[in-house]
Amino acid sequence: MKFQDVISINDFGKEEIEYVLKTAERLENELNEQKILQYAKGKVLATLFFEPSTRTRLSFESAMHRLGGSVIGFAEASSTSVKKGESLMDTIRTVEKYADVIVIRHPREGAARLAAEVAEVPVINAGDGANQHPTQTLLDLYTIKKEFGRINGLKIALLGDLKYGRTVHSLAKALSYYNVKLYFIAPQGLEMPRHIIEEISDKVEITETSDLESVIPEVDVLYATRIQKERFPDPAEYNKIKGSYRIDLKILNGAKETLKIMHPLPRVDEISYEVDKTPYSAYFQQVWSGVPVRMALLSIVLGVVE
Amino acid sequence: MKELKVSAINKGTVIDHIPSGKGLKVLEILNLPKDSTILVAINVKSRKLGKKDIIKVEGKILSEDEVNKIALIAPTATVNIIDKWEVVDKKKVEVPDEIVGIIKCANPNCITNYEEVKPKFKVISKKPLKLKCHYCERTMEEGMVVKNLL
Ligand SMILES: [Zn+2]
Repeated sequence: MKFQDVISINDFGKEEIEYVLKTAERLENELNEQKILQYAKGKVLATLFFEPSTRTRLSFESAMHRLGGSVIGFAEASSTSVKKGESLMDTIRTVEKYADVIVIRHPREGAARLAAEVAEVPVINAGDGANQHPTQTLLDLYTIKKEFGRINGLKIALLGDLKYGRTVHSLAKALSYYNVKLYFIAPQGLEMPRHIIEEISDKVEITETSDLESVIPEVDVLYATRIQKERFPDPAEYNKIKGSYRIDLKILNGAKETLKIMHPLPRVDEISYEVDKTPYSAYFQQVWSGVPVRMALLSIVLGVVE
Repeated sequence: MKELKVSAINKGTVIDHIPSGKGLKVLEILNLPKDSTILVAINVKSRKLGKKDIIKVEGKILSEDEVNKIALIAPTATVNIIDKWEVVDKKKVEVPDEIVGIIKCANPNCITNYEEVKPKFKVISKKPLKLKCHYCERTMEEGMVVKNLL
């Protein structure tokens, strides 16, 4: 299998997802033996971050280095000709002369799709405004698969701001390819949008609730996300919500022993630090998963793995 | 007043039943070759619409793809293909599966509103009309579509 670009999780069917996860697993195993691989030797990655996202950029750069390739790029738009008014299309046409693959993060929705249409080299989307961040979804799936050895049969709860969070929208859609049971836990006003529920409800069983505590004993995965203060007109309301969705040892009392807690990070105070040392915590494992998954995507679009 | 005869050209395409006032916009969207012979009739009496606009393109048979572009602003339009003064084919316009360059994306943060690129939409539903931006992946419903005609 081969695909040229990685722009939107909506371009991925189950087959493509499985192929990425398998390739990532294979590369991770090879990496455990060798530390640095040679698949991308002589290839150059350009990371174009029109808005800063240090984690995502470092993860891609680490992935490229571990494939034996090298990296050029910028970490924010202020240091580039973009600030002088250069169009995205011209930036892409220029950068592609320096690089074999482009990773782009941009504050406007659709920027990655446009970049991919302009560029002759492959383009990977590392976030386009509020729209897509497909590599996050793939590394989330990879983390679940690694923790449990499977995705099928699991009960997975998505928690937090489900209305505006693109991460949970994409993850919910991708999980609907599997035989899972989903729980959407959100405060009133921040529930999962109807169009997403309609899109996946014929494929997976969905439970919607605002009560975290009642769901905890049932689930295998608890995927927490940030609830932003700005979403609430009343600060008192925000403080109340924040308290009832905080994951600490007390609320985890009734949890399954095998429960795994995930979070796209950075966290503010959704997960208490006391949880970090428990076997429940999978969020730093999730950070590591980003490396083999991005190695897999880079190798696939570069055409250097089967 | 006698109704204008639709087939009053020897050979070509007549777009009839265009909502009154939309004729010139339709012509703009059709973007016909500069040397085309075109007759435009505006505010013609119509039994169905009260008033309508009509466009006649002489000597040229427009393809379905060419004509369907106008479906968004003139959903009532009918297309008549004329040969030897006779209507030889007649069909209603239909919303195409993909729309390029006729409307702009309603999402103010969509890249198409900042770069020199033609907006492009997939039609995910024709009735009621619902479009999805090829770039930002947002959907637009009928009311928004009409407001965002270029
Ligand atoms: Zn758009």
